[in-house]
Amino acid sequence: MNVSRRNFVKIFGLASGGILLGCNFSEGTIVNGLEDGVSFVPNLFVQLQKDGSLTIVVTRSEMGQGIRTSMASAIADELEADWKYVTIKQATGDAKFGDQNTDGSRSIRTMLEPMRKMGAMAKEMLVSAAAKKWKVATTDCKADNHFVINTLTNEKIFYGDLVGLAKDIAVNADNIKLKDKKDFKYIGKGLESFDIDAFTHGTATYGIDVRLPNMKFAAIARCPATFGTVNSFDDKDALGIKGVEKVLSLEKGSGAFGVLGGVAVIASNTWSAFQGKNNLRIDWDMGSNGSYDTEKFKEKIIGRVQRPAKVTPGSSGNVRKAFKGADTVIDATYFIPHLVHTPMEVPNATANVKDGKCEIWAPTQDPQTARAEVANNLGFDKENVTINVTFLGGGFGRKSKPDFIVEAALLSQKINAPVQLVWSREDDVQHSYYHAMSAQYLKGSIDKNGKVSGWLHRTAFPSIVSTFKPLSDYASGFELAQGFNNNPYEIPNVQLENAKAEAHVRIGWMRSVCNIHHSFAVNSFADELAIAAGKDPVQFKLDLIGKDRIREGRSPHPFNSARLKNVIKEVKEMSGWGKQLPKGHGMGVAFHYSFYSYVATIVEVSVINNKLKIHNLYSALDCGLYVNKDSVLNQMEGAAVFGMSIALFGKITAKEGAIEQHNFFDYQMARMKDTPKMEVRILDNDEKPTGVGEPGVPPIAPAICNAIFAASGKRIRTLPLSDHGMV
Amino acid sequence: MQTLSINGTSYTVDAPDDMPLLWAIRDLAGLTGTKFGCGVAQCGACSVMVDGVLVKSCSTPVTTAIGKEITTIENTTPNMVFVRQAWKGLNVPQCGYCQSGQIIAATALLDAKETPTDEDIDTAMSGNICRCGTYVRIKKAIHEAVELRKQV
Repeated sequence: MNVSRRNFVKIFGLASGGILLGCNFSEGTIVNGLEDGVSFVPNLFVQLQKDGSLTIVVTRSEMGQGIRTSMASAIADELEADWKYVTIKQATGDAKFGDQNTDGSRSIRTMLEPMRKMGAMAKEMLVSAAAKKWKVATTDCKADNHFVINTLTNEKIFYGDLVGLAKDIAVNADNIKLKDKKDFKYIGKGLESFDIDAFTHGTATYGIDVRLPNMKFAAIARCPATFGTVNSFDDKDALGIKGVEKVLSLEKGSGAFGVLGGVAVIASNTWSAFQGKNNLRIDWDMGSNGSYDTEKFKEKIIGRVQRPAKVTPGSSGNVRKAFKGADTVIDATYFIPHLVHTPMEVPNATANVKDGKCEIWAPTQDPQTARAEVANNLGFDKENVTINVTFLGGGFGRKSKPDFIVEAALLSQKINAPVQLVWSREDDVQHSYYHAMSAQYLKGSIDKNGKVSGWLHRTAFPSIVSTFKPLSDYASGFELAQGFNNNPYEIPNVQLENAKAEAHVRIGWMRSVCNIHHSFAVNSFADELAIAAGKDPVQFKLDLIGKDRIREGRSPHPFNSARLKNVIKEVKEMSGWGKQLPKGHGMGVAFHYSFYSYVATIVEVSVINNKLKIHNLYSALDCGLYVNKDSVLNQMEGAAVFGMSIALFGKITAKEGAIEQHNFFDYQMARMKDTPKMEVRILDNDEKPTGVGEPGVPPIAPAICNAIFAASGKRIRTLPLSDHGMV
Repeated sequence: MQTLSINGTSYTVDAPDDMPLLWAIRDLAGLTGTKFGCGVAQCGACSVMVDGVLVKSCSTPVTTAIGKEITTIENTTPNMVFVRQAWKGLNVPQCGYCQSGQIIAATALLDAKETPTDEDIDTAMSGNICRCGTYVRIKKAIHEAVELRKQV
């Protein structure tokens, strides 16, 4: 047999008597790191013990998307494992695991196939071991629910009993065959969360629950204006608080995830640290962002999108000519304020810097970046930094940024003791990486046949790139690709322009990112065009998407207009679109393609005496192959609530550089009483897996606002709805 | 020094008088199932019961709980059994962080009402924020817990 050595996979004996099935993987391929004989680095692994227990290492962070269960179940499915033997181990942050950044709705999209191969390979090893024992061909054996069965004799052998036999087995990774979809045991089903009992008994350990012997607690007072610094401080009152042990200054760091700096209070408990912080008297140098005023900045960027701006790729034809020759031309300006993530678990991290090593416990979406940043800030080699990933009490993009982890590490280094740094909710609201404030101008024309002939879209919002590279005042390509230059409509004349917008706070990514504002404007404006054309919005938009086509490009998941139309048709049917509604009620539709998935949403609202009530919400999703159906539905339901919070209440403002909101009373969240009845459907097909965590968010706000128009004739172009007295 | 009775166990803690019960439970007694979310009684993550009454422990001074029985998520009361069973059956949690408070609040509702309506649930549960947005499932699970209780 002539196969390359690198494609062999081997089983390793463990000191415990179990076996480790290891391999490297890069996206889509599995190779074994054995070729040089020394650098075996298992990137993702499965560990089998004699008692049959199967430990699966999960490399992505759990923040509510159910990734631990999904990843493990994909491996278990191909491995023909019995789920009751599975335990999950969370990986530390280490490049050997491949990309661990739990962000961009990509875990299943990029890792499902490698994980399945991992399971299939492990199964192949066990089958080979059994075949060897029975002296039969592997084709005469099959794996089933933690056993290998000899199909000639019906003899069975338990996986655990193969541990001793499997030691010297090597299989050719090229021969690994994945299961047919129809044979899936866990994939595509609704497996209960592996962590359900921990979640319902208060025993899941989040970052804030980590406890180390002799651990101190810390809080940091940061400058109200972003990047401002401390002139001087008086800590007398702070030190008078019972439990406060020490007050020290923390220098401002550099780079995207550098610490903001400020004054830190070290105490024996969280409450004393918070009280100490509140009793500091600090004279701040507010710095160059000290004059940031969001009201003025709003006017500035709204003004900029009224004028010609930088033309971007995606433009075609001649809009000026289209507008000139049109029967109807309308225009509109849309605005969404800054937003912030506010995960229920505030940013926090526990650090222990000792003897040239640093160990961290943190709720992080991106443990490798955390590791690199901590090492860099402490002046350590990465090898001397360990990042333990706890459960995340929500992430939404906030916990991709490891600034708070670096803070904890620096404090531990300074006080030479283990320390848990906890942000208060006010710290979280006032010192975050904010979703960009955005202004957009759209102008469209309808020709004498009722067809949209021209589409001009200008967008302005401070770029995420500014956080990494100051003075980046225009949007980057990846931001424009989030619903701006890839809108789904087939229009002969399109002009896309990007206007300047400076950053005066740290700009970050928040669940679905720029799709939030682009989906709002595009879906709202298409609705306005439908009304101007006197057409039914659903039919008008289906027509505007045009013929079935696949947008060719370098994407592994090219946009397919038929799939988008399918989710729209599905949600139309679910909602009974067009049916008679009670007085004051209306339905609105919106849809969006993001993270390679297709979502359409229809919302039914009532507007009575200018008060909004959302009654029903229907969403249809096409995410290709999915792993855990129930998790996907849960994500879609949650995304709807997340989108409702944006639409109803989302507004962060700044005056004299300082964020004006404090906590959940002035940065409000959607609650139980705001939540409508919901129905979500997932379309089944044979497409590759695409994003789930984020794509449900972008259609929500525009669907609500389009429904408000249908119910009341009131067109909302500026969020949130609380500013319109509607909630 | 104060003595707190939490889930039937006595804990001797040295808490400042104005320390909220939350921090005495988490940082002094060492029971971390009860969560910090806002510190100002807005989100309900810190919900516990004091002598059977639902309170937001982040805004309840520790002194008011002395001599009373504190029930946290680490405990199991009769109605918590039904609530947990329903939560599990409907796979309610996403990140899980707020669920300690949600489960305590739902238990308090089951303690108070035999068959809560949707409106009762809206009223009783709107003090608890779930940023993951599991409200639809929480509502279903509360109805389900009531059904489970009826079957016993």
